[in-house]
Amino acid sequence: MIEWILHFALSFADTCRNFLPIAIVLIGFQLFVIRRPLVNLKKTLIGFVFVLFGMSFFLEGLEMALFPLGKLMASQLTAPELVGLNSFEQTLSWHSYKWVFVFAACLGFASALAEPALLAVAIKAEQISGGAIQAWGLRIAVAMGASVGLALGAFRIITGTELYFFIITGYLIVFIQTLFVPKLIIGLAFDSGVVTTTMVTVPLVTSLALGLAETIPGRNSLLDGFGLIAFASLFPIIAVLSYAQIAEWLYSRSRSSKS
Amino acid sequence: MINNRFFKQLLGSFLGLVPIIAVILIFQIFIIQQPVLNVARLMMGAFFIVLGLTLFIQGIELSLFPMGESMAYAFARKGSLFWLLTFSFCLGFGAAIAEPGLMVIAKKAANIASVSSMIEKTDVAKANYALGLRITVAVSVGFAILVGVLRIIQGWPIYYAIFVAYACVAIMSPFTPVEMLGIAYDAGGIATSTILVPLVTALGVGLATAIKGRNPMIDGFGLIALASLTPMIFAMAYGMFV
Repeated sequence: MIEWILHFALSFADTCRNFLPIAIVLIGFQLFVIRRPLVNLKKTLIGFVFVLFGMSFFLEGLEMALFPLGKLMASQLTAPELVGLNSFEQTLSWHSYKWVFVFAACLGFASALAEPALLAVAIKAEQISGGAIQAWGLRIAVAMGASVGLALGAFRIITGTELYFFIITGYLIVFIQTLFVPKLIIGLAFDSGVVTTTMVTVPLVTSLALGLAETIPGRNSLLDGFGLIAFASLFPIIAVLSYAQIAEWLYSRSRSSKS
Repeated sequence: MINNRFFKQLLGSFLGLVPIIAVILIFQIFIIQQPVLNVARLMMGAFFIVLGLTLFIQGIELSLFPMGESMAYAFARKGSLFWLLTFSFCLGFGAAIAEPGLMVIAKKAANIASVSSMIEKTDVAKANYALGLRITVAVSVGFAILVGVLRIIQGWPIYYAIFVAYACVAIMSPFTPVEMLGIAYDAGGIATSTILVPLVTALGVGLATAIKGRNPMIDGFGLIALASLTPMIFAMAYGMFV
């Protein structure tokens, strides 16, 4: 128990240290530039304490439950025995890794849903749009994008295709979508894509990528282990833009059928 | 009343965690077929995640959201562009420089650089390289928030800024050392931290609400998106020139 409290205290101290520069900027500008007392000082301070404790508990929980399990599973799924690799044949087609794709897709979906930063943006979007954008709907769209992105990213590592080929193609798709999509959603779509990759997704995805790059013959864990996070933040943008496009299309169709 | 909301949020956090538990259970039982070790510890961890997420959300609604908005209003009323932009830069820089994920990836980048003999194979050279990359990325995040805030004030459409950034990424990619490319792409996703996101979102939305002629939905979002693109560009440039 004492050991645990010590460990928690350490991770709490870490969180505080990461928060420190932001706190300095906020307090410094509040005191010296804005020069106005905060309206709800007590409430704000309580909120900060909540945020710090919340992040520490969250991280502690991730380290206790999710990360060891996620890392273990990534290594088990890419293990030579499971994909049927033996030392005699070194050439494997990407079909052998089907479970890795399924796992990557599920991991992307699930970890995006658990992401606190995404939840924060979704709540804000729901408030501002007056409920027209539902926090859950947005999160599920993002999660679907993340799952497609991670599966494709795993495919890239396994086949060894050039990274920037995928990223640039993704950008082109986003570009074309942006031309047609309702302007209201664009900023939100970009933001929600990016915030998918923070506390939960980054460590899990990194371990999956490194596991893949280490086991697959011909891959260099130094080079091919990276780039998966970029997939996880690009495809949610496409997903949210598509979601907006489809929602608008359905809306206009139902309206034209009524008239 | 407060308790009621707390429990509602607790339930919401739990629902967010259900898919991840389901994925792990299904894969463990049906595909990997090995017993899950230490169930008590896992349950405890899951409980902490739910509790932590709940506290975090309650906390940002009490502090980071209102504070970001009130500061946006205060700056808009004060009318000093210089201080607003300075604030934006400092906020982005401060958040990114302390981001633990960025420290990890900077260290890895230094390892790669020394293995492929882009820098000397000494610890000092590696530490310098990692620190240089961290500062570069932090400056880029600060720069992105600054540009994003300027965009809200001027009312430029967000996609102009994004496409300029995309074009830079696309043009620079082929010229970046291949060792650095993956790291640079990932740096974009990593540099935006969990504390910065709610704060900057509230700041952007607050500014777009406070300034006449801006729509919080159209103009308020997009700050974080820029803050994830500029680190890619700056990190690629760092890989090219250092």
